[in-house]
Amino acid sequence: MLLALMTAVLISLPLWRAGLHGTGAETFAGTDGQAQELIAQTHPNYRPWIRPLWEPPGSEVETLLFSLQAATGAGVIGYYLGFVRGRVSAKR
Amino acid sequence: MHIMEGYLPIEHCVAWTVAAAPFVAAGARSISRRMEENPRVKLLLGVTAAFTFTLSALKLPSVTGSSSHPTGIGLGAVIFGPGAMTVIGLIVLLFQALLLAHGGISTLGANTFSMAIVGPWVSYGIYRLARRAGLSLGPALFFAAALGDLATYVTTSVQLALAFPDPARGVVGAMLKFMGIFAITQVPLAASEGFLTVLVMNQLIAYSRPELRDLGIVTKTETGGIAE
Repeated sequence: MLLALMTAVLISLPLWRAGLHGTGAETFAGTDGQAQELIAQTHPNYRPWIRPLWEPPGSEVETLLFSLQAATGAGVIGYYLGFVRGRVSAKR
Repeated sequence: MHIMEGYLPIEHCVAWTVAAAPFVAAGARSISRRMEENPRVKLLLGVTAAFTFTLSALKLPSVTGSSSHPTGIGLGAVIFGPGAMTVIGLIVLLFQALLLAHGGISTLGANTFSMAIVGPWVSYGIYRLARRAGLSLGPALFFAAALGDLATYVTTSVQLALAFPDPARGVVGAMLKFMGIFAITQVPLAASEGFLTVLVMNQLIAYSRPELRDLGIVTKTETGGIAE
């Protein structure tokens, strides 16, 4: 419980702080995008030599796929914990 | 976050792939050997893979005002050893590169090296050291997971710095800049990953003791004993 709470605090603290300071739309940009910007600054002539084979059409679809990934993993963990809990209580 | 498609020169892509390949081969051997020795831990291996799957899909906000995701590698590295997580990490990276345009096929070798080789080896090493120094399972696992996570992104910064040295300050200057983006953002996320890893391990210790005993994580006498 305590561990889950500490994690929740760690994740929500930056959000709360951003709310206080009222920062703009660029808030919480991905670090990969920031690295891209840095490369564009220091090496303006670099062009990526290959594009992704397929990109999710739009950020909503991307969000869907990311949540599917998280849900699949969480589902497997939940299944296993249910399975072993049942095994323990059947033994008792 | 992983290195984006096309954002490493081709020679770097090849070099990191060549460097990662023997670890992948050794990892595949170590998984199949372990499964032969003890088939009943198969499901638990699935759980460690699922943990990596879930955590690397969670883009979390950080105090730096940017977002990144944890790796979830530490749990499996401690339970099954670093080799197993090389294979699992590679599968997750491949999935994200193909379906989410996150990371990339050209940068797969480099990203495998940071997340699926350096990450699990650092986690495993820290866990071993901490246990030998007398730390109990909970704190040892926390540091293993958190520092493995952090090490992954320090590696990413080094990889990008080697490819894109700072015009004025060279590779070291670029490394500091990339670390300012990747590693600093990652600090609170690494702590979150540490907490979540211990959280799941507590459940496994409570309900999946036979498997953990088989794998030498807990001894017969050791009670769970980590703060819930």
